[in-house]
Amino acid sequence: MITAICETTAEAVAGIEDGSTVLIGGFGMAGMPVELIDALIVQGATDLTVVSNNAGNGDAGLAALLAMGRVRKVICSFPRQSDSWVFDRLYRAGEVELELVPQGNLAERMRAAGAGIGAFFCPTAVGTPLAAGPDGPKETREIDGRTYVLEYPIHGDVALIGAHRADRMGNLVYRKTARNFGPVMATAAATVIAQVHEVVEVGEIDPETVVTPSIYVDRVVAV
Amino acid sequence: MTLTKQEMAQLVARDIAPGSFVNLGIGQPTMVADFLEPGSGVVLHTENGMLNMGPAAREGEEDWDLTNAGKEPVTELPGAAYFHHADSFAMMRGGHLDVCVLGAFQVSAGGDLANWHTGAPDAIPAVGGAMDLAIGAKSVFVMMSLFAKDGSPKLVPACTYPLTGVGCVDRVYTEHAVFDIGPSGVTVRETFGLSYDELADRLDVELRPHASH
Repeated sequence: MITAICETTAEAVAGIEDGSTVLIGGFGMAGMPVELIDALIVQGATDLTVVSNNAGNGDAGLAALLAMGRVRKVICSFPRQSDSWVFDRLYRAGEVELELVPQGNLAERMRAAGAGIGAFFCPTAVGTPLAAGPDGPKETREIDGRTYVLEYPIHGDVALIGAHRADRMGNLVYRKTARNFGPVMATAAATVIAQVHEVVEVGEIDPETVVTPSIYVDRVVAV
Repeated sequence: MTLTKQEMAQLVARDIAPGSFVNLGIGQPTMVADFLEPGSGVVLHTENGMLNMGPAAREGEEDWDLTNAGKEPVTELPGAAYFHHADSFAMMRGGHLDVCVLGAFQVSAGGDLANWHTGAPDAIPAVGGAMDLAIGAKSVFVMMSLFAKDGSPKLVPACTYPLTGVGCVDRVYTEHAVFDIGPSGVTVRETFGLSYDELADRLDVELRPHASH
């Protein structure tokens, strides 16, 4: 489907439903789509499962969404930080559920979702508490003398990502380490919404430098 | 004399082969970068998607799109490359990194690592990339104090904290000694401020002296 270039962030996040799984890009604040999250707060969707590397920093972006009580569950690798006071308070009060996932598994589970992989065997977390899920130990298998844990994909209903530049087709390029989870999340959600610093005409991005091709991107908004 | 943290970082840097691809964990391991020889060709990897990461950004020159694993602003060196998270962790898990340097709560005589969670009921667990690094890098170096604040050893027969990885640690740098961990057990490479016998006396782990001792 043709990528929509939205005029406003409100238009970009329209239709996100209660109970959705929302993939939110960023590593800390680098690459975090703060304006899209602000628009999602106004839009009002609640009972969300959020998949993101961290569980909010300071009071902006994901932390603001958490503070509004819109998030039922966080799937992340590193919730506890010096500035994660919003999540810390909610978690200690039992108001948000946490699924802790090693960072590489978080990325690879979304990569698998985007690539149509049903599950994969992975050496990370073997012999640790994170080789168990809510239903008990995860399946393991020995392959060529090494033990692996079976991990399943993480599919998003929606991905909110921050990129640097889009063309009007929806091809994206990123900037420095703000790229982080963006390209992976862009493959793993049914509806992918990108905020960018600028939208340029088709042909203005060198095809050799496109990081996220337009096929993955549904809506773009410049902020 | 026991080693300072700077001296420990210097020792680690000395043991990293020229041209290695290296990931330095958050905290004390970050200091190793200060002691890498400029001409060594060591390339630093940061989990959030960059090779050839440079030193911390100077005040006033921070670029918040260019940060390290600790989310502090850094710089890029000539030859730097950016990539997304799945690629970054494929570099770890695929065995492409030569060395990672991590902090630890405990290391066992069999090379098990515990560094992500104290297991305390009120602690909020956070693992980040530690488990991926522990099982992925070709060599896993640990930097830690040899004794906890209560005086108990952190090099132990078996870890009591939740594990990060099993049998993954190759070498441990502490203020009192450097240890190699391998199939033949724990070998003491060097001691600082303690004799080999004093060290053996204070640890519950069976030690072997280095061949040159």
